[in-house]
Amino acid sequence: MQGYIYPNEFELQWSLLIVVYPYLTGLVAGAFILASLARVFNVKEVQPTYRLSLLTALAFLIAAPLPLLGHLGHPERAYEILMTPNTRSAMAMFGFVYLWYLMMVLLLEIWFDYRKDLVVWARGKTGFLASFRRLLTLGVTDLSEEALRFDRRAGKLITIIGIPSAFLLHGYVGFIFGSIKANPWWSSVLMPVVFLFSAIVSGIALMLVIYFFSTMLRSRPVDMACMDKLGAFLLYALIVDFSLEMLDFTQRLYEAEESISILGQMLSSRLVLSLIILQVLIGTIVPLVTLFLVAPTVRKRGFLKVPDEFRRLLYFVVAVFIQIGIFSTRWNVVIGGQLFSKSLRGLTTFKVGLLGIEGILVAGAIMLLPLVILYILVKVVPPWPDAEALVESEPTGADPVPAVQPS
Amino acid sequence: MADERPTPGGIDRRAFVGACVAAAAPLVLSAAQQAAPAAPAAPDTAHAAPDSAQGATGTPRYDPRTHYYGMGVDVSKCIGCGQCAAACKAENNVPLDPHHFRTWVERYVIHENAEATVDSPNGGIDGFPAPVAEGGVVRSFFVPKLCNHCANPPCVQVCPVGATFSTEDGVVLVDESYCIGCRYCIQACPYGARFLHPVSHTAQKCTFCYHRVVQGMVPACVEVCPTGARVFGEVHRPSSPLTRFRRFNAIQVLKPHLNTEPKVFYANLDGQVR
Repeated sequence: MQGYIYPNEFELQWSLLIVVYPYLTGLVAGAFILASLARVFNVKEVQPTYRLSLLTALAFLIAAPLPLLGHLGHPERAYEILMTPNTRSAMAMFGFVYLWYLMMVLLLEIWFDYRKDLVVWARGKTGFLASFRRLLTLGVTDLSEEALRFDRRAGKLITIIGIPSAFLLHGYVGFIFGSIKANPWWSSVLMPVVFLFSAIVSGIALMLVIYFFSTMLRSRPVDMACMDKLGAFLLYALIVDFSLEMLDFTQRLYEAEESISILGQMLSSRLVLSLIILQVLIGTIVPLVTLFLVAPTVRKRGFLKVPDEFRRLLYFVVAVFIQIGIFSTRWNVVIGGQLFSKSLRGLTTFKVGLLGIEGILVAGAIMLLPLVILYILVKVVPPWPDAEALVESEPTGADPVPAVQPS
Repeated sequence: MADERPTPGGIDRRAFVGACVAAAAPLVLSAAQQAAPAAPAAPDTAHAAPDSAQGATGTPRYDPRTHYYGMGVDVSKCIGCGQCAAACKAENNVPLDPHHFRTWVERYVIHENAEATVDSPNGGIDGFPAPVAEGGVVRSFFVPKLCNHCANPPCVQVCPVGATFSTEDGVVLVDESYCIGCRYCIQACPYGARFLHPVSHTAQKCTFCYHRVVQGMVPACVEVCPTGARVFGEVHRPSSPLTRFRRFNAIQVLKPHLNTEPKVFYANLDGQVR
């Protein structure tokens, strides 16, 4: 502790779990936006990540409410947010934004996209997996050209609705912080926008890691066109994200409101590691420079000619750096916003515990859980392009067509 | 009775007891008067019961629509004894550790270089150590802090389930049986007036001692303040001690730029206070 803090500020109200929450939802929004690039904007190169991105978004979305729930003083009353929401509260909208995104966007899009595959994969098979897949078709087994066209059009429509929804999902999380006028570190109109673009950065970086890793695990060749495109998108998103953050920073510095002194002290003492080193240097500058040099953006092969094997390794490392950086960003927002007193006269400290509900172990488990969920999802509905069922035009009621079975 | 004998000195026991009772009567009566919650008090004193609040049986039920409460704090009268913070803890079951307060007292020490040092050891309950100032102290003063019962309360706005709310009589309360413990209200309060109760796991804050107020009593902190630095009363009623306080003092509120419209009014507040 340094200077004066209000007595009630001794305990930090939101700790590690609340850092994890915006990190997870950011990944959901980012992964979904990548999927929509493939779908709506028809970016052919990133097609191999389309289904994987959708499943990743779903896996992370399922896990996203857990840290919130774990943090509540009375988790058994959490349902009240849905039953008796205070319509003036930003947080009360969480349930509705979440459910809208889960039910109306992700699940629907995945269902329309996978319906034909589920029908084909389950056809003529017995066993738990086949039965489960049959159940997932919800009994809609029509594979006629008309039905498939409807699936495609519905899927595209949902993706179009999904993009603003993904913006809403994470922009809204930014609004939860940005709308707190009591806290000068949070209170910023740019907060939702910065959250959104950092979400896109983190989502693309995550998909790069997952795509690279899963392809290696399956001993398939890594699609370098896909990796290059992901690297290029990552660079664009990073540039926008970093510009916005710099704009926010410059604005604060230039306006120099009464909080500037204490925020400056916080920045130069408490946040040196997490903000200056991890968020800005490791998480932003190093990836920016690396991607600028090697990713094919303005020049077809990048500024430095790097062999494919090395380039994809660079992408992978950069993506991991970005994850560290984005996690630090969440940390700096959530924890940073509580390290200074609202009296603007002092700084407090925060130490993460290992055990306990707010400890590193629980937070780590919650962050790993989406990967476990993703593993299960991948087993039930394989997202690999080579697993996709090929269905030619089929008149209604015709015999089953031979199709590739998922490996 | 068998032992009814005259006592030495010629006074029998009955007469002695009678004399004792007569002698003690004023004491007992005055104690009873102090204990009586709705005992009529002069309307222009700081300790006056809230105007027109009825506590005794047979009187009309408490009607929140006929009240609108606020508090006045005269910074120049506060001596930093911390009795208010101690009484609040005793009255409201506030944890006794130094990190949970519904009200606390801050000390401001203004140095010769115009900078201020602020402290509030144990909320002021145990008093304050002598100020340490290298360049000399220009002046020093105490500021009692509590929930400002804002007319435009950010805490009420953000509560996702509506567990914290503004009453008709202008008090911001928390429904303990409803609060989910998300702590958003604590984040939204600009004054650090809220905390999460370590046992109930719900948000807590000053209630203006609502349980006392509806019975015609004043909040515990007002009751015990030895200098009358705190004044409780009606915001809008012309005869209220609070109205008198606001009439005779230049009034400031804390962090007015946040537009929370506090109903804790400070007199003689220094610009250093945040």
